[in-house]
Parts: sequence; structure tokens; C-alpha cells
Amino acid sequence: MKRREAAITALVLVLSVVLAWAFWNAFSGPTGDRLAELTATRVPESGVTNPVTAVLLNFRAYDTLLELAVLLAAILGIWAVGKASPGFLPAGAVLRALVGLIVPLLIIAGGYMLWVGGHAPGGAFQAGALLGAAGVTLRLAGYPAAGLPPEALLRVTIGLGVLIFTLCGVALMALGYGFLTYPLDLAKWLILVIETAATLSIGATLAAAYLGGRADPTDSGDGVTR
Amino acid sequence: MSALLLALDGLLSISVVALAWATVTRREPRQAVILFIAFGLLLALVWARLRAPDVALAEAAIGAGLGGALMLAAARRALIQRDAAPSPAPPEEAGR
Repeated sequence: MKRREAAITALVLVLSVVLAWAFWNAFSGPTGDRLAELTATRVPESGVTNPVTAVLLNFRAYDTLLELAVLLAAILGIWAVGKASPGFLPAGAVLRALVGLIVPLLIIAGGYMLWVGGHAPGGAFQAGALLGAAGVTLRLAGYPAAGLPPEALLRVTIGLGVLIFTLCGVALMALGYGFLTYPLDLAKWLILVIETAATLSIGATLAAAYLGGRADPTDSGDGVTR
Repeated sequence: MSALLLALDGLLSISVVALAWATVTRREPRQAVILFIAFGLLLALVWARLRAPDVALAEAAIGAGLGGALMLAAARRALIQRDAAPSPAPPEEAGR
């Protein structure tokens, strides 16, 4: 045990030194054109006015596609590990009324987050997190499926983000542009379509991850314990 | 005004580091997760102070909120499993 702790301490020390070196380098390095200035000058060509969304969905769309693929891999792993944990008992009247108020608000806020991402802080991940939070709220109030559709439809929803993203990229390639290189007049709408699909996917993935496994089709949802 | 902001920044920095330390050293998983959620919410404030509202939103919603909910569920499962199969190790401090 002592040796293991010493090894962990040594690893953490090495990591800290590397991080401190990177931090120091970032501030004392050559003061040339940084990416921030480059991004700021190119934002008008991206189809959105929020520089963060421009980077995430246009300049570095590839990274975002891979992030969605990571989420997809994560939920596949969770499903492979086992069944969903047993649900909670149905909530009392007061909590149920509160949930009936909160869940629609979360969905509306998610839609707003998605739309506002074009010109202000927001975007698919935040909007998806709000949809996922709606699922978690439903689950905590005793709805066993957390508001998710049956598994056949759920699988499509969870894969939708990566699917639409990849289809857009491949279609653009077929039209003679690069992979995920948007033409300026289409950029806004392509980003909106991709972000909408990504939002639905992220929301469904996060809520499904909260169930902790594949929903048991034989579970009637009346709080059966294992 | 700037003195007030400086005080806020100092308080935030100290709290974040203290919460991080408390999260890592806590033995009980559920308490560690609750501390982690508090840490994430304060970290969101730090991002907001660094004028990165996008990161602040993502940290609050995903890092603290949904990450915390997922880890709470995982901690609950871990406790159920530990209680189902009592380990030879002595029980940790109470407080569940």
C-alpha cells in the first residue's frame, strides 16, 4: 500500500511539473498572432456570430463530431455493462405538480439555449444537458423510463447526432467541398440542423446514462427491487 | 469596486482549492460526490469571472449538474453492492 501511494504521489508530481511548465510557456512564449485573433477575424465567414459556436461547429467541427462519438461510445458501454437500476417510488402530489412545472420549463430552456448559441453563449451541449436534466427530474419523480422513448426509437435518437453530423460532412464532400467545410450561404442552416440533432442525442444519451443500463423490457416499472 | 472583486476572486480561489481537497480526501463516496457538485458550481463561477460564460454554462450544467447526478447514482449503486456483499474491511466512518 505504501509503495502504491508513493507511486501515485510521484505521478501526480510529474503531472504537476508538466502542467506548470505548460502554463508558464503559455504566458511567456512568443507573442505572435494567437488563435483568438485569427478566430475573431474569420467569425463572419462561419455563419454564426458567437465565436465559440463558430469554433465548435465550423472551424473545429471535426472535434465536436468526435466528442459526440465519445458520448455514443460511453452510452454503449453503459448499456453493455448491465440492466437499468430499479426506479424510484412514484412521487407524492406536491412533487409531481412541481415536476409537471419544471420539465416543460427545462425543455423550453433547452430550445432557447440551442437557438441562442448562434449569437451568444449557449449551444448543443448546454441545451442537451437541460434536456438530460429533464429526464433525470422525471426519473427522480418515479417515472421509470425518465421520459425516454421505447428502445427502438431511443437507439435512433442517441445515434442521431453522429449520423446527421457525418451525413452533412459526407454530403458536402460529394458536392465538392471538404469534409465539414460549409459554403457560406448554407453554413447557418447546416449548423442549426447539426446542433438540433446533437441536442436531441445528447439529451437522450445523458438521461439514458442516468438510468444506469438498458431498460429492462420485462420491468413493469412498479418499483421492483433486485 | 475592484477591491470587492479582488476579495471575491480570492475567496473563490481559496474555496475551490479547499473543496477540491475535501472532495479528494473524503472516503464516503456519496459525501465526496456532493462536495464535487459544490466544487463544480464554484468552478462555474470562476469561469464566469474569467469571462468565459460558455465554459461556465457547460461546467454548471454538465460538470456539476449531470455529472454530479450520474456520480450520485453510481455511488448509490456502489453502496448497494457493498451492503449486499459485506467486505472483510472494517466499516468506514458513519454518515450515510
